[in-house]
Amino acid sequence: MPLDPATQKIRAFDQVGTRPLRPDGLDKVTGRARFGADATAPGMLVGRILRSPHAHARIRSIDATKAEALPGVKAVVTSKDFADRSDDLRDILVNIMARGKALYEGHTVAAVAATSASVARKALKLIKVDYEVLPHVTDVDLAMEPDAPLLHDDLITSGVEPVPTKPSNIARKIEFGHGDVDKGFAEADLVVEREFKTEATHQGYIEPHACLASVGSDGQGELWVCTQGHYMVRDVCAQLLGMDVSKLRVTASEIGGGFGGKTTVFIEPVALALSRKAGRPVKVVMTRDEVFRASGPTSSTSMRMKIGVKKDGRITALDALLKYQGGAFAGAPVDYGGMAGVACYDYPNIRVVGYDVVTNRPKQAAYRAPGAPMTAFAVESVIAEIADTLKLDPIEMRLKNAAKEGTKSAYGPTFGPVGLVETLKAAKAHPNYKVKLGKNQGRGIASGFWFNFGGQTCVSLNLNIDGTLALAVGTPDIGGSRASMCLMAAEELGIPYENVRAIIADTSSLGYNDVTDGSRVTFASGMATIHAARDAIKKLCGRAAKVWGIPEEAVVWEKGFAKPSGANAGNFEPMSLKELAANAAKTGGPIAGHYEYNAENAGPSFATHVVDVEVDPETGFTKVLRYLVCQDAGKAVHPSYVEGQFQGGAVQGIGWALNEEYIYGADGRLQNAGFLDYRIPVASDLPMIDTAIVEVPNPGHPYGVRGVGETSIVPPMAAVSNAVSHAVGIRLTESPMSPPRILKALGEQAARKAG
Amino acid sequence: MVRVKLGGTLKTWAGGQTEFDVEATNIREVLDRLGEAHPRLKPLLEKGVAVAIDGEIYRNAWFQPVTPANEIYLLPMLAGG
Amino acid sequence: MAGTHVKTTINGDSVEYVCEADETLLDVLRNRLALTGAKEGCGTGDCGACSVTVDGRLVCSCLVLGVEAEGRNVATIEGLAQGEHLHPLQRKFLEHAALQCGICTPGFLVAAKALLEKNPDPSEHEIRFWLAGNLCRCTGYDKIVRAVQDAAAEMRGGRHAA
Repeated sequence: MPLDPATQKIRAFDQVGTRPLRPDGLDKVTGRARFGADATAPGMLVGRILRSPHAHARIRSIDATKAEALPGVKAVVTSKDFADRSDDLRDILVNIMARGKALYEGHTVAAVAATSASVARKALKLIKVDYEVLPHVTDVDLAMEPDAPLLHDDLITSGVEPVPTKPSNIARKIEFGHGDVDKGFAEADLVVEREFKTEATHQGYIEPHACLASVGSDGQGELWVCTQGHYMVRDVCAQLLGMDVSKLRVTASEIGGGFGGKTTVFIEPVALALSRKAGRPVKVVMTRDEVFRASGPTSSTSMRMKIGVKKDGRITALDALLKYQGGAFAGAPVDYGGMAGVACYDYPNIRVVGYDVVTNRPKQAAYRAPGAPMTAFAVESVIAEIADTLKLDPIEMRLKNAAKEGTKSAYGPTFGPVGLVETLKAAKAHPNYKVKLGKNQGRGIASGFWFNFGGQTCVSLNLNIDGTLALAVGTPDIGGSRASMCLMAAEELGIPYENVRAIIADTSSLGYNDVTDGSRVTFASGMATIHAARDAIKKLCGRAAKVWGIPEEAVVWEKGFAKPSGANAGNFEPMSLKELAANAAKTGGPIAGHYEYNAENAGPSFATHVVDVEVDPETGFTKVLRYLVCQDAGKAVHPSYVEGQFQGGAVQGIGWALNEEYIYGADGRLQNAGFLDYRIPVASDLPMIDTAIVEVPNPGHPYGVRGVGETSIVPPMAAVSNAVSHAVGIRLTESPMSPPRILKALGEQAARKAG
Repeated sequence: MVRVKLGGTLKTWAGGQTEFDVEATNIREVLDRLGEAHPRLKPLLEKGVAVAIDGEIYRNAWFQPVTPANEIYLLPMLAGG
Repeated sequence: MAGTHVKTTINGDSVEYVCEADETLLDVLRNRLALTGAKEGCGTGDCGACSVTVDGRLVCSCLVLGVEAEGRNVATIEGLAQGEHLHPLQRKFLEHAALQCGICTPGFLVAAKALLEKNPDPSEHEIRFWLAGNLCRCTGYDKIVRAVQDAAAEMRGGRHAA
């Protein structure tokens, strides 16, 4: 149910939609902002982690006596310092500290706390781990083979009937769809079927994981950490360490990027365990090498995509097989990734079968629209090939099939008001779509979708003595969300933006908040802020009513003032927020607005991207000439940061498409665990990223806001692939389309022509 | 009676059945009735599923009303980045 | 390990410290001098988050040893603003929303300042190649490049000579 029926009309705003400076900006341009690694504490020790050099190995024993005896070493922890468990947190427990087996290269096996980094490094070398090296598997297709090395001898595939009797590396089979695909393909005039592969990528946040833990002998603990969700960190850590949740207070530092990768715990429980054992604060900061080897990358995938169409381009059926490996534990996002990846179109018949597969790689973590870009790459590549074959304009082809209000979605439910058609039209109308291309150049189009989430949210808005407001939110600000919160509070209260100051409160100051994920913050914390402001307004009107001696209902709030609702209410001078604040002590005490809820109806966001590239046939190097993102934001609260989300997601997708990949050796070790060899896009790789904000209001939000953070990474892999394919005249089906892959495809094409 | 459809793989735990008519006025009752009818579904429903009502996705909302006029879909729990 | 005594100048102030022989300038700045504006994103000179200048030359402080600062003139992000007056680059980064998470921002500002000192009127191409040693994962660089262009134009106009 829309919380505010008034939003059905597009309303005018005073402040929402403007571009003020962000409240945390000054600290961030002066170096004052305190990130994960920037905190210190008296008596602080340095924590370092010992990691498995093997992709798969039984741990026969760990001998830390020499390390413990080294002067300056204050604590060593291993899996023995964490109680085993059999609940939902067991995979996390085993991932943060190997138990019995090391499941991937980089898997934590022990940790030390010492008086300096150099002592800690020496201590790690003195820990003797006796490994029995086991056969390993890192490739998704090989991991599914019946004779593949087995990671977990108790993993039985779920979702299969009858239930398998033998363990395998296939954690889950998933399936969704509707209609009859065989009938659909029989009706088709053209059927295209292709196989695709995508490599694993890393979220690549510039700030490595970092935390400062302090646990006292009274059992109380504090944790300073860069995370997307400090409440999640508190709850998970308290359980893994056997602490009462109330005894652990977690403060979210400024966070140097996350993109989904900081929605779980890695070093935090280890730092707390070290601190508890040493009786002193312990800071643990990952190196970049550790970030690559031991924190969550995405899934790599292997897919088959078959789409049938009528001559006019209307889709009759889609049939897909998706295989996602998610590292050493179940949880590859093949289900909702697959659902989102196929969500752009209206399919009379669709069947998607997917497998969630474990391999000897680090446990995958969410990465911006988890799982969707890979399936979208396959869908949008086949759609592009069909449009080429049928000589249809690629945008017209998509418009013909686009999901819109009333379309039965590929994953089941019927769509409400959504903006895919609007983004396609915006793309078509944009000057970039009309630029004439030259030799070795190609244009690619792709669309994308993400569900968007709401979730548990809680905010507090406190009125200060001078009429300014302190806004406490519980969702870490990862890309400028404090500015959006202040805008929405100011809009509701009718006061200047500068008069609201937002902070991210620690876990002891507010009720539970879900992590900053699913593009939820501007939507959910924003809606909570609006309702907290309305709660405060109600109380403010009550105070004015008391002062005037009239009923509360006879007072209205308008642009920062309490006013009598009409002539009958009485003739009183409007009372400003400032006056009400100054008199708060005499009229009943502090005034605050609160709101806590579970936000639903986030409203999905669709996007269409258009990219032009030029491929050098000599080197296989692809240059991005121009790039356009058209995306539905529902209502852009702070358009600069909405554009920033569009641009940032697009460029991450360009990196995925052209360069980024986890490269494994035959020994199961990652060969490119650094920014030199794992190459994310740099400024000189890119043009300006053009944007067009489409606004189809979300009926589930008082201002019509939709989340915008994730959808922007869904289309680029496909859009770039389509552009490269047009530039070189060969359909590319493996990502990244790095120079060696493009040269190989060009070589094969030349050989075919010659042969 | 409301009509409930199982999206995705959930049908595997319901003997392949994808549509159910249950006596329910809110999401909690939908989940309770389905769990009673299909005990193998119960642990999954308790662990968490998303429910789409007329296309709007609810991840945790026991008391969200449902009526026979609604389109009700059960989906796997979603996670994001 | 015996420490080495170092005398240097940081942001115009005389500074003395003792550091270990294998300690980087970045570690000295962050851990001994509480100048945490320079960030460690990689420790291998690939990300530029630790950018500072030494005698006016742009360097990754993770690739410079603390002892190498002896007798030099080090400038960090903490010295960019003059009192309460922000450098034009700092203002333009804010106005253009050229930061999202902000972890790479100090490095970009130090690097961009070094560019504008050498070349007050850089082309977009020159800006992009000069800043290619600074990684940003949030913005896609668009707004960063625009902020640098705008700051350069303002500084050329002489309205806010810095």
